[in-house]
Order: sequence, then C-alpha cells, then structure tokens
Amino acid sequence: MNHPIANPVRSAILPTGGDDGRLIVNIGPSHPATHGTVQIITELDGEKVLRADVHCGYLHRGFEKECEAHTWHNLIPYVDRLNYCSALINDFAYCGAVETMMGIELTPRTRVLRTLLSEYSRIADHITCVAAGLMELGAMTAFLYLMTLRDYIYEHLADLTGARVTYSYGRIGGLARDLPEGWLKRLDEVLDEYETYIGRIHGLVDRNRIFIDRMRRVGTLTPEQAIQYGCTGPILRSTGVARDIRKDTPYLAYADLDFEVPTGILGDNYDRYVVRMREMDESVHMIRQCVAMLPEGPINVDDPRCVLPDKTLVYREIESLINHFKLVIDGPRVPAGEVYSAQEGANGELGFYLVSTGEGQPWRVHCRAPSFVHMGVTHLMLQGGQLADVVPTFGSINMIGGECDR
Amino acid sequence: MRDGLVELLDGRLGTTAWLSHGMPVIEIGAGQLPEVVRVLRDELGFDMLLDVTAVDWLGRTPRFEVVWHVFSTRDCQRLRIKTRVPEEASEVDSLVGWYGSAAFMERECHDMFGIRFRGNADLRPILLYEGFVGHPLRKDYDKHHEQPLVPYRDTADRGTQGGPR
Repeated sequence: MNHPIANPVRSAILPTGGDDGRLIVNIGPSHPATHGTVQIITELDGEKVLRADVHCGYLHRGFEKECEAHTWHNLIPYVDRLNYCSALINDFAYCGAVETMMGIELTPRTRVLRTLLSEYSRIADHITCVAAGLMELGAMTAFLYLMTLRDYIYEHLADLTGARVTYSYGRIGGLARDLPEGWLKRLDEVLDEYETYIGRIHGLVDRNRIFIDRMRRVGTLTPEQAIQYGCTGPILRSTGVARDIRKDTPYLAYADLDFEVPTGILGDNYDRYVVRMREMDESVHMIRQCVAMLPEGPINVDDPRCVLPDKTLVYREIESLINHFKLVIDGPRVPAGEVYSAQEGANGELGFYLVSTGEGQPWRVHCRAPSFVHMGVTHLMLQGGQLADVVPTFGSINMIGGECDR
Repeated sequence: MRDGLVELLDGRLGTTAWLSHGMPVIEIGAGQLPEVVRVLRDELGFDMLLDVTAVDWLGRTPRFEVVWHVFSTRDCQRLRIKTRVPEEASEVDSLVGWYGSAAFMERECHDMFGIRFRGNADLRPILLYEGFVGHPLRKDYDKHHEQPLVPYRDTADRGTQGGPR
C-alpha cells in the first residue's frame, strides 16, 4: 500500500524563498508537546514566533450531523464526548436546553445535584489542565499529585454513574439515578484529599522561579482582545473581566450559593493558572454548600412527555407501556421552536443552539464550543513569544479536541 | 434583561424583534446586517460575537437561515440575529471587521453549509480538509457519504466495518 496522502491543510504561511533567516516550523497535529490533536504552523525568526497559523478539525466526527438522526434522548452519550474532561457539564447544559424548550421545571433535588456535580466536574477539568501544563514544563511530581486527585474524583463519579469519564448521567427532566449509599460521605473525604494535594501544588509551584519565568507575561491577552475574540471562562477572567454565567444570569441553584468570581491582572499564562486554582477552591466551597442544602425528594419530574414511566407500571398498565414504547422509539416530543441556552463550562460559555420542528428528533443541534472559539485567538497569544512558549501557552488554553472539532 | 430592548429594536432598525425563551431575537434582511451590527455594537454595547451558525430548511424558500448570537459584557445580555438567504445566492456580509471571533466561526459555517461571508478573505476549510466536496450539514448531504483522504484498503469484510456505501 503506497498511496500519496494529500495535505489536509493549506498553510497561510508560505516560504518566501529569500535569505532572510526566517524559518517555517510545523508543530503537530501529532506532537508530544501538544496535548490535543492540533496543528500549529509557525514562522520563526530565530526562536521568536513571528506568525502562527492554527489548524483544528483533526478530531471532527460529524457530531452535529449525527445528532439530526437520533432522538433527543439518544444524544446524551454524544454530548458527553464533547468536553470529555467534564462530561457532566455537557450533559446538564444539553438537557437544560431541551428542558427550556419543553418548559420543564426541575425538581429541587435535581437542581442542587446538577449544581454539585457540575462543580465537581469543573474541578476534574481544571485539574487536567493545570496538571498537563505543569507536566509539559517538567514538573512531574505536581502532575502525579494532581492525577492522583483526579483519579479519586473519577472513581467516585464511577460509583455514581458507572463510568469514569463519559457518564451519560443526565436525563431530560432529571438524572439517571439518585446518589448511592455513602456517596456523600466519600465526597467529604475526597474534598479533604483535595485540600491536601492542592496545598502541595501551591507549595511546589506558586513561587517557583522556573514556573514564574515560564508563565509570567507569556501568552498575554488584553481584556479588549479577549472580548473582541469571544473569549469566555478562565481565559476571559484572567484578563480581569469578571464575567461568569453562574453569577451574571444564574441557572440551576447558583443563585442560592455564595461564591466569588476570581479574576487575573495581566491575562497571561500565570493568571490563567491562578484563576483555575482559585476557581477550584470556589467549586469546593459551592459543593459543601450544595451538600448542606441538598433537599430530599424525587430526581425526575413527573412529566410523561420525557421521563420514562416507573418499570412496575410498564408491566401492569397499557398506558405506561405505550408511553415507554413511544418515548424509546419516537423520542420525546419537543415543541417546535429554537433555543440558545448557555451554561458555564469549565472552559467558558458552553452553548447549545437547538432547533425543533416538533418531532422526536432534532432538526438542528449546534454546540457553541469554547475551545473552538479560543483556537481563533491562539495565534495572538503565540505571536511575539518564543518557540518554547508555544507549549505552556497552548496548555493554558485547555483546548479539548472533542469539543473544539465536534 | 435590559428593559425595553425588544421595543427599541423593533421600531428602531425596521426589523422584526421578539422574545424567544427569554432571549431577544431580531430578524433582518441580509442587506441590513452591517447597519444592524453597527448599532448593536457601537450604540447598544453588544461587544462580543458568541456564535455564527446556520439552519438548512430544505424545501423552503429561501432555503438557509444564518444565525448569529451576540453578547453584551456590560449588560450580560444575549441576543440572536437571524436572516434568510436563498440557495442560489447564499452570501452574507462578514463580521470580521467588527468581531475578531467571526473569522473562525464563519469558516466553520462556510465549511458546513457553503454560506459565503463577503469580506472574510480566509474561508479555508477549518473542521474539514482541503479538497472536501460538498457541505455536510446541508440536509441533502447523505450522512453515510464518505470521502476518505487515505483510501480504504480493499478487504472482503468491509461491508461489516461501516465502509463506504
């Protein structure tokens, strides 16, 4: 087998042919220093990056097209695989958008549980970003500490959902199942571990000369640039703009929680690290409040349009059997219309734009993925820096291929 | 939400405006886009472009609906702009002059629907690859149609492996 493989991209940076000392270096799409399948074509003058041309799409798998061929419920495993570091937030953001279209009001217990689990996922996501960034700078100890902690969270979430990474735990109108026995007790232990491990990271990293030299004033964005390029989440907040959907237009139970929105000063790699670390602390604070206020009661709304009937009823009465059958085969009927519903994902504004024609399958599903938007500003963060800075700067953006390329 | 925004937009720009699930929506003619965006950004503070996408209403005329979502960091307000474009002239003005984020999003929309954005000089494929034929999110693009860059090996059991049909 010897087929010539066509180049999938056309570079914006072309060789000049002159003897001006400029060099074009291609990084990726499969490169040990880019944790994510992305290609960056750089034009260098010595070690300095003059221009960068960022190409994504290597993980494109037709998510939006596939969604149009399944029922509303069947999409939950797909949205899990967008940002697979915090799959629960994707679940809840998608379900929330469908619930808005159907006019469903969640039960009090599910509102708080989804909030709690979103924050728990946010911790796992931020840990991944910080850990990978540190590893790429050579800080293996910090990486292993953080991965240990993340594994406690993954194992703990597996107790609840049955899977470590992609959970399929959200349901339209509720959740797949309630908390198992002893789950909250273990949660308390994991949060204690969090404090131990994160304390070690602060001690190892915060005032470390090497870390500061590599991160401070590297990959900077001004607030104007961040807004102009549609940045959201930790990247926008690191520039000093305190915009957070959880605070500005609260959803789920966020209006009842006490938390701060941490911001940075310079919008550089160091600020993005600090913002993520502080956001994790706020998340722990929120989780503890959620546990304290968690109400008893059902997790699923009582609405035959979307929630499967109780199994015993399915076996006993014809109405429930038909209801079950119609929900599985035809899918929940979502009223015709459109909605854009956004939640604060770990990387920024995670929006779902859904269009329904009143059928059991969506007409159009569009995901506004923060990673994709952030790839559009990456060249500004790289240009003017050193070639070696590409690695920590790209790491601090936390590009997740699953959600960027869809 | 900002009070009176819908009323303001409904009268002011000669467009239709309404509320959809709590979000103001305005529908405009494709030619009005630059003027509408100028007013929204410079006078009403919608300083961030969140999203650009399209919907294919195959069978309707005009066929496509291009959808923008903008956000005001001052008022924490989101707004949807919609316009309809026909298949023969699926072209709208680019917003790259106003919003930097438009560059990547318009490339994606061009990839997926073949909508051309007048004024965006860089409409290279972004999620797809060079040489990809067609626009996969159009309703008349078959989901099972495959265009592999690397040809498949010719094996007998390909039928069960989800090979090209």
